[in-house]
Amino acid sequence: MYSVSGIAMLSTFKDFNLMQEHSNEEFKSFNVDVWQHDGHAGALIPLLQSAQNTYGYVSEQAINHISHVTGISQAEIYGVVTFYAQFRTKPLGRNVIKVCNGTACHVNGAKMVYDTVQDELNITYDETTDDGSFSLISVACLGCCSLAPVITINGEVFGRLDATKLRKILREAKKRARETAVQNN
Amino acid sequence: MKTITIGLGTCGVSAGGEKVFKAFHDELKEHPGTFQIKETGCVGMCYREVLVEISNGGDVSHMYGDVTPERVGRIVDEDVIGNTVIEDWLVSGAGREKGFFENQTRIVLRNCGKIDPGSMEEYVGTGGYQALEKVLKTMTPESVIDEVLKSGLRGRGGAGFPTGTKWKLTRAAAGTKKYIICNADEGDPGAFMDRSVLESDPHAVLEGMIIAAYAVGSDDLYIYCRAEYPKAIARLNQAIGQARRKGYLGKNILGTHFSFDIKIKEGAGAFVCGEETALIASIEGRRGMPRFRPPFPANAGLWGRPTSINNVETFANISWIILNGGAAYAAYGTADSKGTKVFAMAGKVRRTGLVEVPMGITINKIIFDVCGGIVNDRKFKAVQMGGPSGGCIPASMCETPIDYQQINKTGAIMGSGGLIVMDETTCMVDVARYFLTFTQSESCGKCTFCRIGTKRMLEILERISIGQGTMNDLDNLEELSLQIKSATLCGLGQSAPNPVITTLKYFRDEYVAHIQEKKCPAHVCASLLTYTINDKCTGCTVCAKACASNAITGSRKEIHVVDQEACIKCGKCFTVCRFDAVDKL
Ligand SMILES: Cc1cc2nc3c(=O)[nH]c(=O)nc-3n(C[C@H](O)[C@H](O)[C@H](O)COP(=O)(O)O)c2cc1C
Ligand code: FES
Repeated sequence: MYSVSGIAMLSTFKDFNLMQEHSNEEFKSFNVDVWQHDGHAGALIPLLQSAQNTYGYVSEQAINHISHVTGISQAEIYGVVTFYAQFRTKPLGRNVIKVCNGTACHVNGAKMVYDTVQDELNITYDETTDDGSFSLISVACLGCCSLAPVITINGEVFGRLDATKLRKILREAKKRARETAVQNN
Repeated sequence: MKTITIGLGTCGVSAGGEKVFKAFHDELKEHPGTFQIKETGCVGMCYREVLVEISNGGDVSHMYGDVTPERVGRIVDEDVIGNTVIEDWLVSGAGREKGFFENQTRIVLRNCGKIDPGSMEEYVGTGGYQALEKVLKTMTPESVIDEVLKSGLRGRGGAGFPTGTKWKLTRAAAGTKKYIICNADEGDPGAFMDRSVLESDPHAVLEGMIIAAYAVGSDDLYIYCRAEYPKAIARLNQAIGQARRKGYLGKNILGTHFSFDIKIKEGAGAFVCGEETALIASIEGRRGMPRFRPPFPANAGLWGRPTSINNVETFANISWIILNGGAAYAAYGTADSKGTKVFAMAGKVRRTGLVEVPMGITINKIIFDVCGGIVNDRKFKAVQMGGPSGGCIPASMCETPIDYQQINKTGAIMGSGGLIVMDETTCMVDVARYFLTFTQSESCGKCTFCRIGTKRMLEILERISIGQGTMNDLDNLEELSLQIKSATLCGLGQSAPNPVITTLKYFRDEYVAHIQEKKCPAHVCASLLTYTINDKCTGCTVCAKACASNAITGSRKEIHVVDQEACIKCGKCFTVCRFDAVDKL
C-alpha cells in the first residue's frame, strides 16, 4: 500500500521507474499552450490540471517542466500542488473508487460504505491495493445527494447503497479487474 | 408525433438514465417514425429518477418515474404506440406526489427539466436572451442596477448581500478594467442547486452574467466551477460556444459597441476557494488563501481590479427580473427577504431533490407539504441549513419562516440552500463532529484560531463521541467557539463553530448522555454501542472470522455470541452480517 496524495511528494522524487516512463518527447504533449494564450500567472492551475490529465498525476518532472516554462519557482508550484485536494503526486491504481463523505451521505450511512469497501479491498482512504488494481479516495459530495449514500467506480455512480448491494458491486468490480489483468498478461 | 423526454442531469445519469436513453433508441429502431427522443436536465424530482416524460406534441404530457431499461419496452408498446397510459408508473399516479410542484414557485428553475440544455434554440424559445436585448437596447446601466435594487434580490451564495448594491459599488469603483465572476464552486457538501441549474439551464446563468457585465461596465467574465462537476463544465462550454456563434458573446454584441467574453476556470478541490478572496487568489494561480477585507473585491478584486462576484443562482434570477420587473420579484417573500430560494433537499426526507419556494414559507411546509415528510414516518428531529457554516434547527423551531433574519436568529444561516433533514436515527454530536472534521481539514491554515482552534474543538468532539468526554469539555467547546468566531480572518473560521454552537444549544442532553451515561441515544457513535447477535443468526461464522479481537464465539449452524468484555466495538460484525442478525444498541 502506498499513499496517493499529499505530502508523500518527497518519496516521489526517488521514484525513478515512474520518471523514466516519460521520455522528453512524450513530455511535451501536455498543454503548455495554456500559458502562451493566457499570459497570466493564472495559467498555473490549468497547467497542473493538464499535466495531471495527461499522466494521471503531477510528477516531479512535470513540476520541473512547468517551472521552466513559466519561471515560477518549483517550491511555489509545489505549494500550489499540495494546497489543492485535486492534485496527486503519485499515480492512482487502475480502478478508482470514490466514496462520498458529503453531509447527505454521512447522514445516510457513509461509514457503513467505508467499512464495507475497507473490508473487501483491505485499503483505507488514499491508498492503493498492492497489485495496483484499486485506489480508494474520499470525496466531499458527488452532487447526487438524493441517491445517498453514493460511491463511484471509475466515474460510474452507484447510489442508494446498503452493505449487501455494495458488497455485490465490489465483488463484481474485483472480478472484472482480475479478468482484465489476465487478459493483459 | 409523440416526444419522449428523458432526464439526464447528473441525478438522472446516476440512476441509470443513459441506459434508459439507449433502450428508447433501440425501441425507436424497431418502430421507426413513431416517436422522437429528447434529453433534458433535472426537474428536481431526483428521488424518482429516471424520469421520462411523454408528450403528444401539444401541452398535454405525463411523466413516468423510476424508469428502468426493462420498463422501456412496455412504455413504448402500451403508451407511445397503444395510447394507454400506464397509471401505476406515473409519478403523479394515485396522488402520490401531491404538493411537490403545487407548493413551488419556479423562477430560477423555470426551465430546468423542461428544455434541452444543449439547445440554445429551446432557451431562446422560452424568451431567453430577450432580457439581454432589452437591456442593451433600451436600458442604461444605472437603470439595470435600479431594477435589481428594486427586486430586493440578495446574493444566494450564502452571505445574502444585496446584489444591486454590489453592482452599484463595482460600477462606482475607480478604474476602467472590471471583472464579473460567477461563483460556481458550490462547496457545501450536500448541496447541489448550482450544479443542477448549470446542467439544466446554462444559458440563463450566462445571460444573467452578461447583463451584470453591462451594468457594472465589465467586458471580462469568469466562471469558477468546481472540477467535480464535469457535466456542468461541459454544458457551460457548449453554451458559451453557442452564444458566441449567435453573437451574444464576443465583439459588438447585437450591433452595439459592447463586447463581452466568458472564460471558465476549473477549481481544484478546496472548499475555502468558495470564499470570494480565496477564489480570486485561485484564479490568479495561487494557493486559495483568503485575505483581509476591506478592500472588498468591488474595489480591488481579480488582478487588483474592481470585481463583482455573484453566485450561480443569483445570476439565474436576473433575466426574469429584467423581463418581469423588480417589483414582480419583490412581490414574493417577506420584508427582509424577497423572491424565491432554491433548496437542495437531502437526508432523511422522503422526496429528495430540488425545490424552489417563495421566501417566507415555513421550514415545516417545505419538509412536509412539498417534500412529503420523513422517510419511514420516523420522528423528525432537526434540519441542518447552511452546510459547514450553518447550524441545526430543531423540529420544535421549524415553524420559522425562510427569511435571512429569522433563520439567523436560530443560529443557523440561510446559506447556499443545502437542507439536510435529520430524524431520530441521526446523532447530533456526530453531526457536529462531522462538520468540524470537514472545516478542520479545509482550513487553509493562515490564521491560528482557525487552524488550531478548530483542531482543538474536533479533538474534544472526538473524545465525547467515544465516551471519554467530561462536562468541562462542554464549557471549553463554548469558549473556543466564541474565540474562533471573533478572531478568524474569513467566513470559514468565523462560521466553523456554528454547527457545534447550535447542537449544544438545542441538543445539550445528547452531549450529556454521551458524557455521563456513555450512551449515544441515536445509536450512531460506534464506541458507545453494544453489539449483540439475535436469533436470525444462521451460524455462518462470517462474523466470528471477521472479528479482530476474537470476541465472537459459536460453532457452525449455531447462534453466535459476542463477548462484551473482549468486544472493541469496531462494528465489523454488523457490517459483514448478511442476515440482519447483529443488533447494535
Ligand atoms: C468558506 C466559504 C465558502 C464559500 N463557498 C461559496 C460557494 O461555494 N458558492 C458561493 O456562491 N459562495 C460561496 N461563499 C460566499 C462567497 O464568498 C460570496 O459571498 C458569494 O459568492 C457572493 O455571491 P452572492 O452575493 O451572489 O451570494 C463562501 C464563503 C465562505 C466564507
Ligand atoms: S453528499 Fe454524497 S453525493 Fe452529495
